[in-house]
Amino acid sequence: MLSYTLRRVVSALPVIFIAVAVSFFIMRLAPGGPFDRGRTLPPEVMKNVLAHYNLDLPIYQQFWLYLVGLVHGDLGPSMAFYDFTVTQLLLLGLPFTLTLGFMAFLLAIAVGVSSGIFAALHHNRLPDVVLVLVVMLGVIVPNFLMGALLQLIFGVWLKWLPAGGWSSSNPLSLVMPVVVLAWPQAARISRLMRGSMIEVLGTNYIRTARSKGIGERLVVVRHALKPALLPVVSYLGPGLAYLLTGSLVVEQIFGLPGIGKYFITAALDRDYGLVLGTTIVYMAVILLLNLVVDVVYAWLDPKVRYR
Amino acid sequence: MVDLVGKDAVLSDYAQKLAAPRGRSLTDDALRRLFANPAALGSLIVLLAVIAVAVIGPFFLHWTYDKIDWGAIKKPPDFAKQHYFGTDQNGRDMLARTLQGTQVSLLVGFVATAVSVVIGVVYGAIAGYFGGRIDAAMMRFVDVMYALPYILFVIILMVVFGRNFVLLFVGIGAIEWLTMARIVRGQTLSLKEREFVEAARAGGARPLTIIMRHIVPNLTGPVVIYATLTVPEIIITESFLSYLGLGVQEPLTSLGTLISDGAPVAEVMPWLLVAPAAILIAILLCLTFLGDGLRDALDPRDH
Repeated sequence: MLSYTLRRVVSALPVIFIAVAVSFFIMRLAPGGPFDRGRTLPPEVMKNVLAHYNLDLPIYQQFWLYLVGLVHGDLGPSMAFYDFTVTQLLLLGLPFTLTLGFMAFLLAIAVGVSSGIFAALHHNRLPDVVLVLVVMLGVIVPNFLMGALLQLIFGVWLKWLPAGGWSSSNPLSLVMPVVVLAWPQAARISRLMRGSMIEVLGTNYIRTARSKGIGERLVVVRHALKPALLPVVSYLGPGLAYLLTGSLVVEQIFGLPGIGKYFITAALDRDYGLVLGTTIVYMAVILLLNLVVDVVYAWLDPKVRYR
Repeated sequence: MVDLVGKDAVLSDYAQKLAAPRGRSLTDDALRRLFANPAALGSLIVLLAVIAVAVIGPFFLHWTYDKIDWGAIKKPPDFAKQHYFGTDQNGRDMLARTLQGTQVSLLVGFVATAVSVVIGVVYGAIAGYFGGRIDAAMMRFVDVMYALPYILFVIILMVVFGRNFVLLFVGIGAIEWLTMARIVRGQTLSLKEREFVEAARAGGARPLTIIMRHIVPNLTGPVVIYATLTVPEIIITESFLSYLGLGVQEPLTSLGTLISDGAPVAEVMPWLLVAPAAILIAILLCLTFLGDGLRDALDPRDH
């Protein structure tokens, strides 16, 4: 178990390295730089600025320096937010994105699994049909449109929830972002859960369990749930990646101060350090959570062993 | 010799009467099933109508998508001035812009899907055909790629290389090929054990020829199904990039750009949001129903 985990972590390192290298070289080799906007600097000032950020060195040396810094846990300075290092900015934004992501993740699992089971138990009857429609809506309407519509309805017309922005005194301002983020994932999970539950409920051992006179509730919870969860769990890995990238949009729509917002601003400003830093953090989080998902999968499915 | 009793005519008449119904190919069967499915058929018709209107419509409009009408800025729909959907903040006709945006969204959707199909099919077929270590390594790579937040790289690419149309196609297509590769690999694994592949091999065909000539054509069913379901995903991705301001460049527009422009002012100028949002949802809905219908039609075992 421990060695399996370790091996997974080690095998993730080259992936992170490749991704860092790719983003690094794309950013650097393209025309334009972080100090090209706004006022044109006098050449000697520009020279000093570039020297300060090591931008005057040959590119492979810059890459080496960046990697050395990375190994020491130093993500370098931000080039657009002059007084901050990338680590400081990420520490400001990360807790927020993680809170948003985890709340949406839990909501998506809870709603998706329970609605999937519910739909399966009412297969082809009214509740099933209604749920399938709601699910369809979640999968089809893109999250930025969904966000805009909810803002308009609940924020502007009904005034039940704040339309955007974030204040720590008002946790209600997280409701809409979490719902928008969770809905498509809940929909996909619900679809998977419904399908696999219908399949499992048709198997022989469930018929045996029923024939022994066990109540329907117990049949579902004790016997059907665990095997029916398998496809859902294997979806959670990619689902998480969707969810985190979805938070890019949601943070943008609702004006929330997470790292997704930093990433987009940084990319537009050519803030090399911040772009790379956010990319690395996103990947680390996703790879870590994928690992958790795999461990849970192995626990659910005895056929999978930690090889 | 002259046929005195007209035996041939009688016989051929008789043969025609007896004639067994023309053999039905798999495609015929699939199309029959598809057209028997009202949701899929309706979606197909609506989709074709949307495409036709988006392509032909602009020729019949009084305004073009980039023409500014200084007399009508931020005006609601006005039939006298032929602004049927109203005008935007710059006085451009919304109907013309919506049609142009639909064109771009559909174009990106189809071309990027084609890119993802090509990459996915070739990759998956090679992995499945060669099997063994090559397969293991290639599929492990796909597994790893699944975990990456690909969209970040597309955003970086779009920012760095400007809003380039080709890049939009290739960049988005390059993020959607993973599932296609998995599906194709799975199919190839079973196809390569079949007799016709063995026959081709016995005939001395080289592996790449076998893959391209004998295996890929047999993948059509699952590939078509999955491609149909990929188009809406790609349209969403494109509109997401446009929403972030990274899509096509002004005065060109896409549904995503229109929605992102319309959303903040939807309270006062709802006509800027309604049309593009409705068309986007209609397209996505139709493609999804069509994809489901195709799956039921081509692969009746599963459903």
